[in-house]
Amino acid sequence: MKDTKTVFEYSVKGRRAVDAPARDVPARPLDELIPGGYLRKSPAQLPEISEVDAVRHYTGLSRRNHGVDSGFYPLGSCTMKYNPKINEDIAALSGFANVHPYQPEETVQGCLKLTCRMQEILAEITGMGAFTLQPAAGAHGEMTGLMIMKAFHENNGNSGRTKVIVPDSAHGTNPASAAVAGYDIVEVRSDERGNVDLESLKNVLGDDVAGLMLTNPNTLGLFDENILKISEMVHGAGGLLYYDGANLNAVMGICRPGDMGFDIVHLNLHKTFSTPHGGGGPGAGPVGVKKELGQFLPGPMAKQNGDRYYLEAPGPLSIGRVKSFYGNFGVIVKAFVYILTMGADGLKHASETAVLNANYLMHKLSGDFVIPYKRICMHEFVLSGEKQKENGVSTLDMAKRILDFGFHPPTIYFPTIVKESMMIEPTETESKETLDDFAGTMLQIAKEAAEEPEKVTGAPHNTVVARLDVTLAARKPKLKW
Amino acid sequence: MSRYIPQTDEQKIEMLRETGFSDISELFSEIPEDIKLKRKLGIPGPFSECELMGHLRQLAGNNISTDDHAFFLGAGAYDHYIPSVVKHMVSRSEFYTSYTPYQPEISQGMLQAIFEYQSMICELTAMDVSNASMYDGATALAEAARMACGAARKNTVLVSRTIHPEYRQTLRTYGRFCGFKIIEIDYAQGITDLDKLQDNITDDIAAVLIQSPNFFGAIEPLDEIKPIIGERKIMFIVCADPISLAILEPPGSFGADIAVGEGQPLGNPLSFGGPYLGYFAVKEEHLRKMPGRIVGQTVDSNGKRGFVLTIQAREQHIRRERATSNICSNQALNALAAAVYMSVMGKEGLKETAVSCAQNAQYACDKLVETGSFERVFSAPFFREFVVKSKKPVSELNKKLLENKIIGGLELEKYYPELENCWLLAVTEKRTKREIDLLSSVCEGRCGE
Repeated sequence: MKDTKTVFEYSVKGRRAVDAPARDVPARPLDELIPGGYLRKSPAQLPEISEVDAVRHYTGLSRRNHGVDSGFYPLGSCTMKYNPKINEDIAALSGFANVHPYQPEETVQGCLKLTCRMQEILAEITGMGAFTLQPAAGAHGEMTGLMIMKAFHENNGNSGRTKVIVPDSAHGTNPASAAVAGYDIVEVRSDERGNVDLESLKNVLGDDVAGLMLTNPNTLGLFDENILKISEMVHGAGGLLYYDGANLNAVMGICRPGDMGFDIVHLNLHKTFSTPHGGGGPGAGPVGVKKELGQFLPGPMAKQNGDRYYLEAPGPLSIGRVKSFYGNFGVIVKAFVYILTMGADGLKHASETAVLNANYLMHKLSGDFVIPYKRICMHEFVLSGEKQKENGVSTLDMAKRILDFGFHPPTIYFPTIVKESMMIEPTETESKETLDDFAGTMLQIAKEAAEEPEKVTGAPHNTVVARLDVTLAARKPKLKW
Repeated sequence: MSRYIPQTDEQKIEMLRETGFSDISELFSEIPEDIKLKRKLGIPGPFSECELMGHLRQLAGNNISTDDHAFFLGAGAYDHYIPSVVKHMVSRSEFYTSYTPYQPEISQGMLQAIFEYQSMICELTAMDVSNASMYDGATALAEAARMACGAARKNTVLVSRTIHPEYRQTLRTYGRFCGFKIIEIDYAQGITDLDKLQDNITDDIAAVLIQSPNFFGAIEPLDEIKPIIGERKIMFIVCADPISLAILEPPGSFGADIAVGEGQPLGNPLSFGGPYLGYFAVKEEHLRKMPGRIVGQTVDSNGKRGFVLTIQAREQHIRRERATSNICSNQALNALAAAVYMSVMGKEGLKETAVSCAQNAQYACDKLVETGSFERVFSAPFFREFVVKSKKPVSELNKKLLENKIIGGLELEKYYPELENCWLLAVTEKRTKREIDLLSSVCEGRCGE
């Protein structure tokens, strides 16, 4: 079978897909407008293709891609729930999609009103005092939140607080974001129940600690039962508590980070609030803070005065701006529509069902796979492929075998504290039938791993390409056509 | 109760029973009672699709869009025409409902599209390597400054004052917390003051940051900047509008180490400021210091061509606090839109668009100056955007234009207090002679009084 053509291989000199609008202003030679020295000498070699070529090419590519709309996508910690179509339609309305960020305030009242409402709604869902919608993604929100933490301590004259604590189960972005915000990172281990080890925490707390970053439920899919104790300990040492909202889908309407004692929260609208992940983005990473930290939020902020909406410039204590304009507005519109679709009961129902689905699936798999933590899981759970590994079948092999059945595999080798880990998050939008199907596949793979391991280690068998050589890609980088 | 949750009540009971529970509340028994929410969340909803569509249409109707008015507003976000095919291809749900292509065998579509995006960005900028996108132009520039400081173990960057004010604000935030200092270099005649740049160049500088066309729309003399840097170990970072690069000599030709920019003009709607994308491209030697995802070509076990995420040892999920950046989610779908846009515009189409912008902008500038109510402020050549000084307050002009269904330019005084009554106007290929003539006559006071 031939390789799929790149867009450059369609190119034929003189072919085109667009007609430029007729220019009706008097044309002048280009070098009269722009000195010749500034003009491009050799043209950029963009493809020369027809519209049909483009449509066939990109349609062809889309068919070589698995999305939530193609099938089950239980990628742990990513909350690959269904992306409602009405969200797309509403964000594409011209009154949202074709609006410039610098238009006069009176011509963007709809955008500003939606922004204000969304700030309030997210504050209510999380129990926080104020929200900024500016950060573009989860990691960007983390960075913003940590900058707020730093600004808060500096404003209190505590610039000696140079350390941020992260558990060993934390997302990679947590320590990376803390490093970007100029912090040193201290890791605390997890105890045998998967909670933050309190002894380990006690040992690292001191007046050099700025705060603790925590995901709750954590990346093991477990609710940290000691959260109030942790909060007391961190606050007692003068630190702040940071909530990584990646796993909020487990607890909407059930408990709120603000009530757990968290001071700063980021959310991932592309996870919890159903906006599409877009093949890697765009996301949106709003950041909420306790009321007393509101003055440190980036700006501008959308505000309301009677029935007028306006943008307020950041005050003197604000950390400043973390990106241009006001955030990924188009994503915010989609999340807003989702929240209104669900309402308070619907969001709670979503979390309950997400947790039920995860426990159901974990139960189904618990006979054939090692479940390292024998607890009720929340919206996701982690299993270990160590039993299969004994027979020479790695978790990577099993993930590749899952591809043959039309499912996206779970997150693998994360969290790193579980050997041969596989992190499974079914979400609430999957039916019992889909869960049963997936469980059946997993059990079959476990059987194959025991009886005919080469079938698993040689996987995938049914995909458009066989297993790809990632080592070659890194050793001899070919990064452009 | 919710249209996106397929489990029926009977199924839930069955699933609970099979799992060993009798009630859903038992699943939450490990959460301390003290922190459980004892009331319902105070948020609106639920609403049917029909109700929502009605409500949100009304809200959208409270905004004025590019469908309603003729826009002469740019300043970092531009009203270019987006061919229909772009939206249709980006709406293929296999693309937009997928995530970061961690499993390459079932993600070849997105991986190949991003590989092609990287290739086209390299073509436009004349750089060696592009990543898969950053959040926007401002964060791409801030990450470039961070990268330069980290690579050279220095902590001061020189930043031209002709760079977009919001990009400089973003740089200041990153600088304050990431630990680098910013020295701003003033402008003269609408471009970076090269004498002042020269005065501030020392071996302690990590990078020189220039935008071209700059915030005033003026084309910077990039050819004169590299010689000022000379042989010093200072990175030359150029922030460039991608459409301009169809006709302007690209950053790579002027010895740029890093080229970044706002990718919105490449097929992405204005969307009240986001989501956009930042492109980020470097010289080969800087590859392993670069932030963000990168797609590379490889082969499968049968020797067939395929694409994977590569050089991942730089990234947060592997290196944690030692990663080159914390970025995880990027703007992949916006990069896809940019890729489709660049492929359908093609070699000739993008050039024609760029030429139209330059012609329209020049015509508009001349037309306004002809009225006698405006004068040009800077003499530097410009691409799509220019500055004029008005005899009347710019805010009044914008109000009058609004009554005539025109969104006028940016009041520069808000960002540059010394530029009193100065107006920044953008004229894309979408603007017609009629619209430009109307702009000029309304400004003259011949219409709409």
